Amino acid sequence: MTSIELSGVQKYFGAVQVIKDMNLKIDNGEFIVLLGQSGCGKTTTLRAIGGLETIDEGDILIDGEPVQHLKAADRDIAMVFQSFSLYPHMTVFENVAFPLRATRTPRPEIDSRVREVARILQINHLLDKRPSALSGGDMQRVAIGRALVRKPKAMLMDEPIGALDAKLREEMRAEIKRLHLKQGSTTIYVTHDQIEAMSLADRIVIMHEGKLQQVGSPTDVYAHPSNLFVAQFVGSPVMNIADAEIRQVKGGASVALGGEDFDFPDKLIRQLDGAGAGKSLTIALGVRPEAVLVAHEQLSGYLPAEAHLIEPLGSYDIVDLNVGSQLLRARTRSGFVSRPGDKLWARIDPAQAHFFDKASGRSLGVRL
Amino acid sequence: MAHIQLKNITKTFGRHTALKDLNLDIEDGQFFVLLGETGAGKTTTLRLIAGLERPTSGQIFIDGVDVADWGTAERDVALVLQQYSLYPRYTVKENLEFPLKSKLRRVPDGEIKERVAKAAKTLRIEHLLERKTDRLSGGEMQRVSIGRAIVRKPRVFLMDEPLSALDAKLRESLRTELKDLQRRLGATFLFVTHDQIEAMSMGDMVGVLNHGRLVQTGSPKDIYDNPRDTFVASFVGSPPMNLIQGKLSKGRAVFAAKVFELPYDGAAKAGVTTDDRPLTFGIRPEDVALEADGPVEARVHDVENHGVEKIVTLKVGDATLRATAPARMPLEIDQDVRFGWNPQKVALFDRATGVSLRHAV
Repeated sequence: MTSIELSGVQKYFGAVQVIKDMNLKIDNGEFIVLLGQSGCGKTTTLRAIGGLETIDEGDILIDGEPVQHLKAADRDIAMVFQSFSLYPHMTVFENVAFPLRATRTPRPEIDSRVREVARILQINHLLDKRPSALSGGDMQRVAIGRALVRKPKAMLMDEPIGALDAKLREEMRAEIKRLHLKQGSTTIYVTHDQIEAMSLADRIVIMHEGKLQQVGSPTDVYAHPSNLFVAQFVGSPVMNIADAEIRQVKGGASVALGGEDFDFPDKLIRQLDGAGAGKSLTIALGVRPEAVLVAHEQLSGYLPAEAHLIEPLGSYDIVDLNVGSQLLRARTRSGFVSRPGDKLWARIDPAQAHFFDKASGRSLGVRL
Repeated sequence: MAHIQLKNITKTFGRHTALKDLNLDIEDGQFFVLLGETGAGKTTTLRLIAGLERPTSGQIFIDGVDVADWGTAERDVALVLQQYSLYPRYTVKENLEFPLKSKLRRVPDGEIKERVAKAAKTLRIEHLLERKTDRLSGGEMQRVSIGRAIVRKPRVFLMDEPLSALDAKLRESLRTELKDLQRRLGATFLFVTHDQIEAMSMGDMVGVLNHGRLVQTGSPKDIYDNPRDTFVASFVGSPPMNLIQGKLSKGRAVFAAKVFELPYDGAAKAGVTTDDRPLTFGIRPEDVALEADGPVEARVHDVENHGVEKIVTLKVGDATLRATAPARMPLEIDQDVRFGWNPQKVALFDRATGVSLRHAV
């Protein structure tokens, strides 16, 4: 049973603050992914938990005990990195057995534990080989095996599959997920790849410039981003963001984008008022391409639009639409819009619209 | 403005054949994408057109004229590469002016000014003109490189993986910018990439190269819907088309030693007359549907969450299939599910040659 908690963690590299007041509780058995661009502080956070970096303020608790003063070796946490860092002169067996030998575990136990881990990772047939004879995927399996063999309290992984080619990355990602399901050990995983994060995590922790932006399930982070950064970081193609003017009109609300008024339900006004969005606030509307609805004929609530560019991506198309002076990217069925310049009709699905305070970037929490 | 034709081009480097009997026809004003893996011969093709290499045999025509004896300058093509190769100590403006200041060209000062201003406006880098190029982001640098090509008003733009070094978000936005730019200029673009998404999204026409041979040329839709062989089928599309070995038997597709089968009655249409011929069946993930009453049971091996949808890897015995599923569908690893396919969308390939039966007919 391992829970991990960060409480008020601050970390500086010289004058640069790389972790800003980080608070996070990780439950036993959870798979947590730290997601962000390079330089956002995710790796530093991971290394601080593992004991490879000190912190300047705050507490890191493992099972309720502060560990920030403990050496890495005393925290009983295993780490896996992008570079495999295997010992080239040792066999796979010796590499996996290394952490056990270092702690003077009895021979028969070493043998049985290495074989058990090798079975789980399907590297039994490689035990007598040297790392130089292995493929990238197998080397990473061995590195994971070496981490697992100690039965650590938690696994920390820093872009473990980032160096592999696309196909192998996909395979290894599935394996890491299955391994977690089987072992159930608390795992913290760092990546900049949002698909990887969405596919692996129980909860995603999104970081930007040393600050935690949002913690939530993949569905939550995608469907209810807490600010503009998260909204534009998660999801591809990127969410449309546009300045919006919102007015109450008879029987509902009107959202003006690029000089065109979209009809929205009355609830919008109430929820914006509830969120404390006064008149002075500049509001940014966010809408994902799949929530820009496109039609060939005029339907209720649809506004005239013109196709500007079409990107056929095989199973679907991304169509750039001009609605008034606003450019909106829409996801359509493949071949739905035949050519640039076509006259169409477009609407924004209110249930999938997001409203942000443009100045602070924070979501106003509207759910229609 | 240019119409480019390659006729029976072969290029060998020592014993290595980089291009084999290549025929290519790029119309004036077309955005043509050459798609292929590393070493497929894409860059060699560009260099041949630019005059940086000579073909071992075959001819290159620009606007109907054989350019065998033309030097690089005479061919008047612009190359944009993955590496930006800007002059670091020069400002953006100086970098843009540079190609026009060549003694060979003798462009008057007034016109230089005009062309630079216009290119900067087209690429939305006007605010960067006075900045040194080492103070630019990757996307800005690539815009400046393209600007340097634009000011020359070349006959044709040759682009060698210009977006590959950029991060995913930037690539996504530059993709549309570049396509938009090409349309506004009305210029002929030959764009080389290993990224099938770039090829699909930008190309008017796409040519797929495999080991120095042009396997298929067509519109993106054509190549996606009707791949000529299993190479194109698995190269174009992400996730790739499912390819499963099997055979036809009494109006059904039978797979992997009868581990599972699916209805398929399109045999007559596809020109297959005999049952039991060894085939490879191709089906796109979006044409495999998870449904409670589907004909085949499978186990969920992996779930890739894209937010807008999920891509599910299914295992049936030893066979692996990918399907797309709605974002909201609850799916767990090792869950048992049922699936079916859309028989209308099945492509049949000869197992020995890999060629689509539709193309072979």
